[in-house]
Amino acid sequence: MNAVVPMPESRKAKPVAIKDDAMNLQKELINRNYRELAEARQAGRKVSATFVPGNLNELLMCFDFARSLPETNALQNGMRKKSGKFIMDAERDGHSEDVCTYVKADLGMMMGGEIGPTGDPMPRPDVLLLSYTGCFTFMKWFELIRHKYDIPTLMLHVPYQSQGKIDPNMRQYVVKQLKETIIPGLEKISGVKFDIDRLRQYMKESAKAEEDLVSVLQSAKKRPSPIDGYFGAVYYIGPIFTAFRGTPEATHYYSTLRAEIEQRIREGKGPVTPEGDMGEEKYRLIVEGPPNWTSFRDFWKMFYDEGAVVVSSTYSKVGGLYDFGFRHDPDNPLESLADYCLGCYTNLNLPSRIDMICKYIEEYEADGLLINSVKSCNSFSAGQLLILREVEKRTGKPAAFIETDLVDPRYFSAANVKNRLESYFQMVKQKRTTGIGANVKPVFPIAQV
Amino acid sequence: MRCFIGIDLGSTTTKAVAIDENQNVIGRGITNSRSNYDTAATVAKTEALLNGRFYLFRQALSNTNALNGSLNGFLEQLERDFRSEQYIEQLADLDETCRRNLQTAHFGAATGQVGEALAEVFRQLQQEAPSLFAPGAKRKSDFFRDIAGSQYLAIGETVAKESGTRYDFLLNLFDRSIIEVENRVYADSVRRHLLAALERTFAALPETAARRAQVEAPIKGVLDTELEETYVVGTGYGRARLPFSKEHIRSEILCHGLGAHVMYPKTATVLDIGGQDTKAIQVDPNGIVESFQMNDRCAAGCGRYLGYIADEMNMGLHELGPMAMKSTKAIRINSTCTVFAGAELRDRLALGDKREDIMAGLHRAIILRAMSILARSGGIRDQFTFTGGVAKNEAAVKALTELVFENYGQLQINIDPDSIYTGALGAATFAQRAVMDEGKTAEAKEEATA
Repeated sequence: MNAVVPMPESRKAKPVAIKDDAMNLQKELINRNYRELAEARQAGRKVSATFVPGNLNELLMCFDFARSLPETNALQNGMRKKSGKFIMDAERDGHSEDVCTYVKADLGMMMGGEIGPTGDPMPRPDVLLLSYTGCFTFMKWFELIRHKYDIPTLMLHVPYQSQGKIDPNMRQYVVKQLKETIIPGLEKISGVKFDIDRLRQYMKESAKAEEDLVSVLQSAKKRPSPIDGYFGAVYYIGPIFTAFRGTPEATHYYSTLRAEIEQRIREGKGPVTPEGDMGEEKYRLIVEGPPNWTSFRDFWKMFYDEGAVVVSSTYSKVGGLYDFGFRHDPDNPLESLADYCLGCYTNLNLPSRIDMICKYIEEYEADGLLINSVKSCNSFSAGQLLILREVEKRTGKPAAFIETDLVDPRYFSAANVKNRLESYFQMVKQKRTTGIGANVKPVFPIAQV
Repeated sequence: MRCFIGIDLGSTTTKAVAIDENQNVIGRGITNSRSNYDTAATVAKTEALLNGRFYLFRQALSNTNALNGSLNGFLEQLERDFRSEQYIEQLADLDETCRRNLQTAHFGAATGQVGEALAEVFRQLQQEAPSLFAPGAKRKSDFFRDIAGSQYLAIGETVAKESGTRYDFLLNLFDRSIIEVENRVYADSVRRHLLAALERTFAALPETAARRAQVEAPIKGVLDTELEETYVVGTGYGRARLPFSKEHIRSEILCHGLGAHVMYPKTATVLDIGGQDTKAIQVDPNGIVESFQMNDRCAAGCGRYLGYIADEMNMGLHELGPMAMKSTKAIRINSTCTVFAGAELRDRLALGDKREDIMAGLHRAIILRAMSILARSGGIRDQFTFTGGVAKNEAAVKALTELVFENYGQLQINIDPDSIYTGALGAATFAQRAVMDEGKTAEAKEEATA
């Protein structure tokens, strides 16, 4: 018999990422949710699966569901370098190369024995709550899961904001569905009676946390910005966009985070990066599009090495748009749930997305816009070049375009991305140092748009 | 005199341009990028400065009127003689390196015989060397590897046959030695070679020898002028390899934008089709880049595509354009994917289509791809400048001219014969501006390597 020779342990030390207290707290929260999911069965709890944009977390909590969010699972697997294998497995199972890699990472994880990103087992859900906004692939995704598990699916249809505003009819339509389909459905599956006061209580907590989150995200208006509104913000939005919105833990997390950021402002510090405090702030950018999760740190490094800080991003609003005033409202619980779903970033039309970016450029005094277009997401990527042109035209600020993927490690070409980013930073610098473009007035005054 | 140098470390070739304080281009140099970017950068820079010497010779000699009427002939002869000197030195180096490698080659009992064959090959190579640089001699390439390589292979084959030595032993020695030789820099010997070449030129052109004193003085004057590398800026995919700080590095986008602007001050849109990528750049009236787009994820429609097609067709890269120009029928090739294009090409051949028509279709496919990238960057505006290696290909230019007209109407399309140097020219201009406009001084250039 052949002797088995064990593979030698890699001697290269894994780089240790520097994190502040709030980041560690965030990680704890996320890990805790995975533990709760793993123990849900023993604890006699039912499990729900739902999406991030416009999710109904407070409502799900009213029925004691443990809450799984397949997108978050996919991105967590991406950051932990596990998604590559899952995607290949799903492709072997018959899913096309061009399909959303979140879907394939999720399906691949199921095929691989349903072990979640943290190593805890993932339970089979009892209900799929499809409150999708903006992405039709999500519907197919849950069809596949339903087919696999044969479990009930509740669908909340959220009308698209085609006119750039929420019509009262739209709100009523969503509320009606909540009352007639979603709440009775969740009652039936969970066996728990709906209590609107419980929902109000969760919403009170949500609103507090939302207030602190907005304060943190808007701190990037300072110079230097104490946060990175893209790479840093994805940590900050973790709890509130997922299973913790409405919990006292999330409220505590956001007040801690806010205090930490306020301290940084007092000390005149820039953002925290995995390699410590960022050096001089040379470029202030707005970023549109999701990050690449599989090369997250390499991608971020390309920014902080050049002194580029993202002062605001649209991605940090995908799970809910709070900075223009929306808060969960305990006095009108169902209506505010409807407004929340209707108002999240992926439910906005292109003109609204363009307005939002132009406002960010103005309010955060950004040098320009960078778009990260995602290869496997036609839904998010459609119209991005139009956004780019329009923003350039209105603001007179330069924009650039790069292409990567969500969680498919095969679609991150470091040399290509770096080349474009460096070219972009140098372009911004050149425009600035020559003074050309400095006096360019927006074609349309932003205030009138 | 103060020189400002731009080096463009491309994936296939490395280009350098030297300019003076008044932004006059004084010299250009090009070399293959090889496996070693450091050497490529040094060689290209040396070549550009050497080319600069010739530029200065011309200036100095025309001022003295010593060679009235025969200046061009004289300088051409001098350059040939110089190249010949350079070639002979490198050949001697190759000879020595091959001998050294023979000692460790494990040819066993055949070693002695191979050594004799090798000596014979080099004897013939040296004998033929001058004819390679004779007036009117045509060379397919100016790179030592290519010139010496093709000679070595041809002579080696005959010698091996006649002496009963194995040809692959000779090939093995060449392969092992050429990389060493081409990665050596001969910068120190420029002056020596120029002086030796001058003697040869006087011998070759006896009528100029009569005016020796008048000719020699200005040439030596130029040789005694130090070409100071005042400031160097690097660009291209290999830029990170250059031994100087970030301040001295600019992205290719910026360099191509500015280079095109320097060549044609009214340029608004620039298309650069390089070996690995295609870039569409919009520049403002000052040569400042306003926006840009690049091809995504694959080399579809780049210079490499043509290289691949040339390999598939067993042709030289430079033969593709002329062949496509003979096309009489429009054939659509839809694949801009490098690999699929091979399949489409074979399919078309199997259907009986003519090679020239297929070639024309392939060129059009590349340009169609570039049109999409141009559209993404904001479209084509007057004046439009086409740069990069593919701009030398007449079939690509033809397809581009047609498609630009169809889509954007009558625009001025600029193509400079030296377009391959656009990026290096932009870099050199950045270097010149850094010193002349911003008052920067050169830092210790070789710091990183010291």
